[in-house]
Amino acid sequence: MGERSALREGLRAYRLIAGMWVRSSMTYRTSFVVTVFGNLMVTGLDFVGILLMFSQVDSLGGWSLPEIAFLYGLSVTAFGIADLMLGSMDVLGARMRDGSFDILLVRPAPVLAQVGADRFALRRLGRITQGAVVLGWALVSVDVDWSAPKALLVPVMVVSGAAIFSAVFVAGAAFQIFAQDAAEVQNAFTYGGTTLLQYPPTVFGKDLVRGVTFMLPLAFVNWVPAAYVLGRPYPIELPQWTAFASPLVAVACCALAGMAWRVGLRSYRSTGS
Amino acid sequence: MAGVDSGLTGADDGSTGADSGPAGAESGPAGAESGPAGAESGPAAVDSAFIELDGVEKVFDVRKKTGFMKRERRQVRAVDSISFRVERGEMVGYIGPNGAGKSTTIKMLTGILTPSAGRLRVAGIDPSRDRTRLAHRIGVVFGQRTTLWWDLPLVDSYRLMHRMYRIPDARYRENLDRLVELLDLGDLLDVPVRQLSLGQRMRGDIAAALLHDPEVLYLDEPTIGLDVVSKSKVREFLRELNTERGTTVLLTTHDLQDIEQLCKRVMVIDHGRLMYDGPLAGLHEAGESERTLVVDLERELPPIDAPAPARVVRVDGPRQWLAFPASESAAPLVARIAAEYPLVDLSVREPDIEAVIAKMYAERATA
Ligand SMILES: Nc1ncnc2c1ncn2[C@@H]1O[C@H](COP(=O)(O)OP(=O)(O)O)[C@@H](O)[C@H]1O
Ligand SMILES: [Mg+2]
Repeated sequence: MGERSALREGLRAYRLIAGMWVRSSMTYRTSFVVTVFGNLMVTGLDFVGILLMFSQVDSLGGWSLPEIAFLYGLSVTAFGIADLMLGSMDVLGARMRDGSFDILLVRPAPVLAQVGADRFALRRLGRITQGAVVLGWALVSVDVDWSAPKALLVPVMVVSGAAIFSAVFVAGAAFQIFAQDAAEVQNAFTYGGTTLLQYPPTVFGKDLVRGVTFMLPLAFVNWVPAAYVLGRPYPIELPQWTAFASPLVAVACCALAGMAWRVGLRSYRSTGS
Repeated sequence: MAGVDSGLTGADDGSTGADSGPAGAESGPAGAESGPAGAESGPAAVDSAFIELDGVEKVFDVRKKTGFMKRERRQVRAVDSISFRVERGEMVGYIGPNGAGKSTTIKMLTGILTPSAGRLRVAGIDPSRDRTRLAHRIGVVFGQRTTLWWDLPLVDSYRLMHRMYRIPDARYRENLDRLVELLDLGDLLDVPVRQLSLGQRMRGDIAAALLHDPEVLYLDEPTIGLDVVSKSKVREFLRELNTERGTTVLLTTHDLQDIEQLCKRVMVIDHGRLMYDGPLAGLHEAGESERTLVVDLERELPPIDAPAPARVVRVDGPRQWLAFPASESAAPLVARIAAEYPLVDLSVREPDIEAVIAKMYAERATA
């Protein structure tokens, strides 16, 4: 059983289960519309907060509004994609406690795909939409001398960022196997991470920035590559080419998260909890 | 698409024959009869049973808070060196009190849990190593959980099974029709699962576990919480499944009626150990069963001084219970009590299997 067929099986199972959740949510048609709208409003609010701040000041940590909108748009769009795909992995702990996780283990499909598709909800498109709108506005407003590498870096950032956040979701899920009431810890890293990245690195302490670069490499979602695009100094001393390292970082994160998941699943199957 | 799957299921061993692979299900010339009969004709090794356990153990590490900052580590031997074999087409009851290790055994048999020691095979597959491949060949029903989709019509859950297990269309329709008929689900298919009663949902879950023609069905407490009518429907269905399709059935329960009405073979487990494995009838002998004489006296009195081996086992006001060997006549005992005590009424209770097992447990505990 090769990795490739496992991947294909996983995607297939993911599609099937996500489809079931979409149909489930459609059975409450009104509430579906309400939640999509509500989701757009809520996620939109934090950008409104940034706008309000800029009605008082001209720059934040030395960054202009369009530049911050650029960071914000990248972070929220990338996170939104990961959140749409894997956003409900924080219910894993609850599933283990109530025993419904065992049901997933007797189905002929990869467990990670089943857990990832759990509670799949299209209302999460709201966040992606909102992030994309802000990003679009930022792209036409920032004062950048666009070159081919810079232009290419934008979609690369979104895709790599989504992959990095996805890895955080999966690693968080693996962590929940060991600490089943740790959904909040996972949320701190995912939601906390995306909020952090909405602000320029210059407003944070060096230690935090270093941690977010080398330990939990969220800086590669936007801080480092965005600094290159905007022609700003990197958040910390790094060679020029690291702006293009996001895909590599993403692959490494996914591999590590996959390993963590495997370790977690093996542990569950030996401890039963 | 289908290629992936047949690669996974087909390649390994011929013993499973045509009925296991999702692709091959319909190819048998006998059509509906492609159950266990087809499999037996395969080149399976003669001495290997369908389900085999050899000294299987499951030890859990339990950490318990015993005080401020204090933790105690303890090992729970949930399953303690169990060995048994189940042949194709058998229907076996796996019984024991709460915490005996029944669910843990089922979880190892289905590949959810890895055994701590011992050897375990189901249809030649090591469940913990080949979980997904095994999944195509087994059906599992957990009494307190459901595989059904809460907000969707029942039939939607079945459509998911259809695709997830890659059940060929014709086979799926045929199986669904038959299960709907036998489990009386016709009016329920379009009802959202959340609106089903517990009994209806259980029947729905059983159907979901059987759509892909599993060779064995495991049920963990399938009748728990069900009303009498639902219980009997479920039992009737299981009997039919086993006799007509030859599906191997292993069910855990602590409801002894399930066993009395369904299973020729019983396994009794307690504290993780297999205490009895044999025909239901043999249980009575194994437990050296006793009958009970219930006497109502005129007033509350100290326990009756009965001739051994008869003895008082319970006193509740003026009513007393006396146990005596099932092989002996009650007459002398009754005569003696009537002569010496102010007797109002009496009755004799035959040994029930519950008491037999309770006694068995008690004996092991003191042994
Ligand atoms: N995941 C687990 N971790 C620790 N102990 C467990 C776990 N699962 C079961 N046990 C313990 O193992 C024993 C057997 O449990 P179980 O197999 O559920 O019993 P049954 O199904 O017969 O009621 C019990 O003492 C139970 O507390
Ligand atoms: Mg149990």
